[in-house]
Amino acid sequence: MRTARWLVPASLAVALLMFFRAPYLINAAPEESTMGAVQKIFYFHVPSAIVAMLSAIVSGIASAMYLRGRRPMADHVALAAAELVVLFGAVVLATGPLWARKAWGLWWVWEARLVITLIMWMLFVAYLLLRRFGGPGSDVLSSAVSLVGAVLVPFVYWSVNMWRTMHPTTSVVPSLQPEMMKPFLWSLAAFLAFYLALLLTRVRLEKSRAALEQAFLALED
Amino acid sequence: MIDVLRAAWLIARKDIVVEIRNRELAYTTLFFAVACILVFAVAFVDDMGHAIPGAAAGILWVAIAFSGTLALGRTFERERQSETLRALLLSPIERPAVYLGKLAALLMLMFAVEAVVVTLVATMFQASLGRAPWMLLGLVVAGTVGFAAVGTLFAAMLARLRSRDVLLPMLLYPVTIPVVIAGVKGTQAIFAAEPNLDLAGMWLAMLISFDAVFITLSLWTFGPVMSE
Repeated sequence: MRTARWLVPASLAVALLMFFRAPYLINAAPEESTMGAVQKIFYFHVPSAIVAMLSAIVSGIASAMYLRGRRPMADHVALAAAELVVLFGAVVLATGPLWARKAWGLWWVWEARLVITLIMWMLFVAYLLLRRFGGPGSDVLSSAVSLVGAVLVPFVYWSVNMWRTMHPTTSVVPSLQPEMMKPFLWSLAAFLAFYLALLLTRVRLEKSRAALEQAFLALED
Repeated sequence: MIDVLRAAWLIARKDIVVEIRNRELAYTTLFFAVACILVFAVAFVDDMGHAIPGAAAGILWVAIAFSGTLALGRTFERERQSETLRALLLSPIERPAVYLGKLAALLMLMFAVEAVVVTLVATMFQASLGRAPWMLLGLVVAGTVGFAAVGTLFAAMLARLRSRDVLLPMLLYPVTIPVVIAGVKGTQAIFAAEPNLDLAGMWLAMLISFDAVFITLSLWTFGPVMSE
């Protein structure tokens, strides 16, 4: 974790600079012909969704590693990533309805991708609640939950897609116009840098917290 | 392998014998399921006295999921009260055997309750049981196995925690959502005015693969999770 010492401020600085520049780029991007200015929320909505998904994968892998090897570091990463899934997932779930209200006329529809996002987000909220209220030993239990969650993903996709399909497809991003693609990639890079900074900071915090707890226990004995 | 199955059978038999002697879980779970059906009937029966389309299947699966959660919590509460869970884990048998035994006993209980609940829902909501009995049986059995497979793992994990009663449904419902969707949609396809058995078959296939994956995963995780 020695690299984190310079990596955190570096990625944070990059993210902040990029976020500062992003509104100008987004403003300069052409307006979508049918949706108009509302479409611009896309530059925040989609990168948040990508980061949340990435974070879920990070948490799942770290949990599986913790369950096998019981290395505390894996658990710290799993927890930090899970918290960030909830954070970025909340951004996704808040910006989505804002867009949908204008584009579809409804705040929420029971459409496949929305339901999947909501279920996965709830699963990680449950993970955090277990961590928070589970008491001693909840680190092992919650890593089992995260692992089950990771295996669950294809089934959630399968069932919800069969249940509800009517939706803005995954093929939107590759087919973007170049003028829209540039601010999109810019936002995505900014979000990724921001994510990295948050993740590393949170892992470090968790590591210090665990060390403090160890020291406290040692003092008591 | 034979040892594991034999140990699992002994644990399941012990649970079933305890249950047959006092019938606590069977009675409370069944009563709770019927109470659920009653509450939902108030919401989903229109002024003409008919249920809204598709309601029967939804009510059936919500009753199964809710009463199943109740049964799950209680089976492990029983083990915890007299510290027998620790004894079970200390006994010289493989961890997966404990899981399988608990799962089998829970399934027996849930099937017994479901036999009553399915009949009751069918009579109260004019759904035909004779239309595709094997398909319906398959959906209910496969759905219950999927629900109980994840549920037994979580209930065993949480048995030692103080806040287990709140945490169990909170973890269980998001994870078993594919089971509920498949169960409800498959049953709706059978109960509909124009039944679609091919669709029900697709949902059944999904449930069976869910069962296979999650039983395997639970067998793998049960050991590490219950190791303390």
